[in-house]
Amino acid sequence: MQATTQAIPHTFPDHAAHEDLGFWRKYVFSIDHKVIGVQYGFTALGFLLFGFFLMLMMRWQMAHPGQPIPVVGPLLTALLGDMATRGIMSPELYNSFGAMHGTIMVFLAIVPLAVGAYGNYLVPLQIGANDMAFPKLNMMSYQVYFVGGVIMLVSFFIPGGAAQAGWTSYPPLSTSIPTDGQTYWLIGMVFLITSSLLGSVNIIATIIQLRAPGLTWMRLPFHVWAQFTAAFLLLLAFPPLEAAGVMQLMDRVAGTSFFLPTGLAVGGNLANISGGGSPLLWQHLFWFLAHPEVYVLILPALGIITEIIANNTRKPIWGYRSMVYSALGLGFMSFLVWAHHMYLTGMGTKIATFFQTTTMIISIPSVIILTCLLISLWGGSIRLNTPMLFALAFLPMFGIGGLTGLPLGFSASDIHLHDTYYVIGHFHYVVAPGTIFALFAGIYFWFPKLTGRRMSEYWGKVHFWGSFLFMNLVFMPMFIQGLAGMLRRMSDGGVQYSALKGTGVSGALSETVIGLNHFILWGAVGLAIAQVPFILNLFWSIRHGERVTSDNPWDSTTLEWQTPTPPPHGNFLTPPSVYRMPYEYSVPGAAKDFLPQNEPPVKP
Amino acid sequence: MEIAYTVHPRPDTGVYNAKLGMWLFLASEVMLFGGLFSSYILLRAGALPGTWPSGWLSVPLGTLNTIILALSAVTTLLAWYSCKSGMFDKFKLFQGLTILLAVVFLGIKSYEYRDKLTHYEVELKNGQLADGHLVRREASGAVVLHGRLVQSRAELMDGRKAHGERQELTIAKADIVRMQNYGPAHNTFLALYFTLTGLHALHIIGGLVVMSYLWGPGSRMWKTNPERFTNRVEVAGLFWHFVDLVWIFLFPTLYLI
Amino acid sequence: MSETHVEAFGSYARRCGAVFLAVVCGTLIMVGASYAPLASRPLVIGFILAAASVNAFLVAGYLMHLITEKKMIFAVLALTAFLFVVLMGLSVWASRDVPAILAPALK
Repeated sequence: MQATTQAIPHTFPDHAAHEDLGFWRKYVFSIDHKVIGVQYGFTALGFLLFGFFLMLMMRWQMAHPGQPIPVVGPLLTALLGDMATRGIMSPELYNSFGAMHGTIMVFLAIVPLAVGAYGNYLVPLQIGANDMAFPKLNMMSYQVYFVGGVIMLVSFFIPGGAAQAGWTSYPPLSTSIPTDGQTYWLIGMVFLITSSLLGSVNIIATIIQLRAPGLTWMRLPFHVWAQFTAAFLLLLAFPPLEAAGVMQLMDRVAGTSFFLPTGLAVGGNLANISGGGSPLLWQHLFWFLAHPEVYVLILPALGIITEIIANNTRKPIWGYRSMVYSALGLGFMSFLVWAHHMYLTGMGTKIATFFQTTTMIISIPSVIILTCLLISLWGGSIRLNTPMLFALAFLPMFGIGGLTGLPLGFSASDIHLHDTYYVIGHFHYVVAPGTIFALFAGIYFWFPKLTGRRMSEYWGKVHFWGSFLFMNLVFMPMFIQGLAGMLRRMSDGGVQYSALKGTGVSGALSETVIGLNHFILWGAVGLAIAQVPFILNLFWSIRHGERVTSDNPWDSTTLEWQTPTPPPHGNFLTPPSVYRMPYEYSVPGAAKDFLPQNEPPVKP
Repeated sequence: MEIAYTVHPRPDTGVYNAKLGMWLFLASEVMLFGGLFSSYILLRAGALPGTWPSGWLSVPLGTLNTIILALSAVTTLLAWYSCKSGMFDKFKLFQGLTILLAVVFLGIKSYEYRDKLTHYEVELKNGQLADGHLVRREASGAVVLHGRLVQSRAELMDGRKAHGERQELTIAKADIVRMQNYGPAHNTFLALYFTLTGLHALHIIGGLVVMSYLWGPGSRMWKTNPERFTNRVEVAGLFWHFVDLVWIFLFPTLYLI
Repeated sequence: MSETHVEAFGSYARRCGAVFLAVVCGTLIMVGASYAPLASRPLVIGFILAAASVNAFLVAGYLMHLITEKKMIFAVLALTAFLFVVLMGLSVWASRDVPAILAPALK
């Protein structure tokens, strides 16, 4: 069934078939999954940019400890007062930027973009449904996320500043820090967790219940499988953290000692608490979520990359079944590895061995998925457009990220590497030139479906090459720093532990290692500049991009392309039926080099 | 634009959307309370011997609450079955009974909370502890408790042991080293008690709000779409049964062992 | 629900009443056991939790219709139950498996 309309030159769903809902119910309090997806998308991108700015200021401080931040220094002083006198970042401010950078990037930017935006927008379309199973719940999920984000942002401006105990908020530090920012963080997290939980119920129920006739499980686009698995991870792993968050909130507000041990001393004095608590309990509950969380960060990205690679190689994905089983296996195993973040907490050898074993096992499905994607390239007619460039770059970048995780997964080598810059290099490789590249790829790829226009290919390629180069310049040196022993979360960039402090100190960080901070800063600045064409391209192309001439400009097989552009309220003009697998490209004997899933088979 | 399988089940899965959605949500709730129960086990297992109290909660009141909640689980099921059988006034009766029972449960819980929050442990200068309920505070700053004097905290740990005489004790302000009520800050057991039952009570309140809505303004849907209304009642009932399930484990864990 | 409702209201209500009475009995047994002067404390705790599990099974099985519910729901719950056990079990194991030098901190 061909889409029957020409590209429609406006941005938002056509409500001609409905009574007019008015501005507020169309764009702000909409229950249409596409509007909600776009809301999530723009909000998340905003947070992504904000988190990026926090990092830029931190990198300046690390390269030039104690010096006023250029350009934004006075603004910081005006906004934050004591935390940034004379434009200099105080250690407390550095810590709060660090904690909030992590929190914002993971919970306010990447997950809302990967799951909230891509999941909400694409899943109903790709399964042939006319909306999510629970549209009003969907709207509520976004609103709750928004409120959680506001709470997190507001926390910067209260006396004492935002949360400063890392995105991990380990007690007793987090309960002892004299700022209400930690309490705001906990309350914000409760909102964000609630939003995620409601969203994941929606996605799972939608995929199970609303698949179009003929769309069996093994005919689902891999992106849908990825979202399904990620939603299960969010559903079952987040609640223990919610429980822990409530308990830490009680510790801060009600004087309980869930995580505070007997005999705790703060500032040289015995703390006035009942004691009997366990700091390790927080760590177990936190990491029980936070490990599956990182698979939530990567699974939708793998889904997006798969869609783009299939489309731009004009051949089916190699090993579709293996990829599906690997995604499910990955999701399942992700619940069993969490204590590999806790090797240095005094664990015994038996339990450390257990977690090492499960950690090694979990690397197998990721390798299978990556290998299938690589083999899928073989013999393909590769089209090197912007989305495909990002997708291709994703593969080695994710490879580096994954491989550098191996020494961290073994407890023996982790003794040396835990809490060093090596860890930061590892996870940023997976999330930054990994997931974020996939998210960029998806924006360029699905932009024509949302708007009826293309983004500029030229500036897209500039964005790509700039990002690719500078991402590597920023994160590769971190492995060197980490292996040399440079620790995380040091507001002076490691100067206290460096050879600059004195000669002949064994294990001191060399001038080269410290000097890399300058190198990384310039890389980060370059990365920032490379994003400018993307931001301008995105907004400019909404109104002025080159119009596409068909509803399916990439000649894709999946259902979201078989709708009018942009898809109207209700998505499909007539309910689709599905007749084949999702990646039937270059089928021998077929008239075109692609067969949409819902095109009826030609009777012989 | 209608969403499929809102009222009638999808043939291959056998469920309608809201029922699947509610079971998924309940799965996440199992993990939520599971996290708290795991915390209970870890903290209790890690507690030094003689520091974990037992018998501090009223077993008769807890048993009564358990029976009340179990009864409300049955009435909520019958409310759904009334809808299924087309008997709207029976639905109103049973749903109303459920709401009433829930309110009674909360009332008993509030009484228990108040009992704990007015129960004080006062550390005296001479090393003894005065333990009892607050009768009044004097203008001079003295405190009058109805309770007993003990030599150390260890004597207070087993609530079921013979208590001995309770008397009215007047403690001068000058004798007080510290004074703390049996609130969540008192010890880890009480922290867990208040958090677990508090979170449970929040769920009861949430269920109460939904059931009251379905009993009241929401019941208008019975006239326009009785099947969909029946599904809503069923799904709300599922949530309510889960709340009962949590209490079935909370009661023995906190009150009995 | 796809089951046909041939059963009269009265008889259904009687069945529910039977489940309720069973739950009440289970509760009273638990309470009684907690007062029983049995020698081994862990045994008492185990017994009480087993009785609680029976009560839970009655509520979940009959009042929540889990006994007649579809495979889909069972699968979700089975996965959840497994993960709950994992969370509890592995955290408890982690707290007990510590190097010898830290052992004095363990009871």
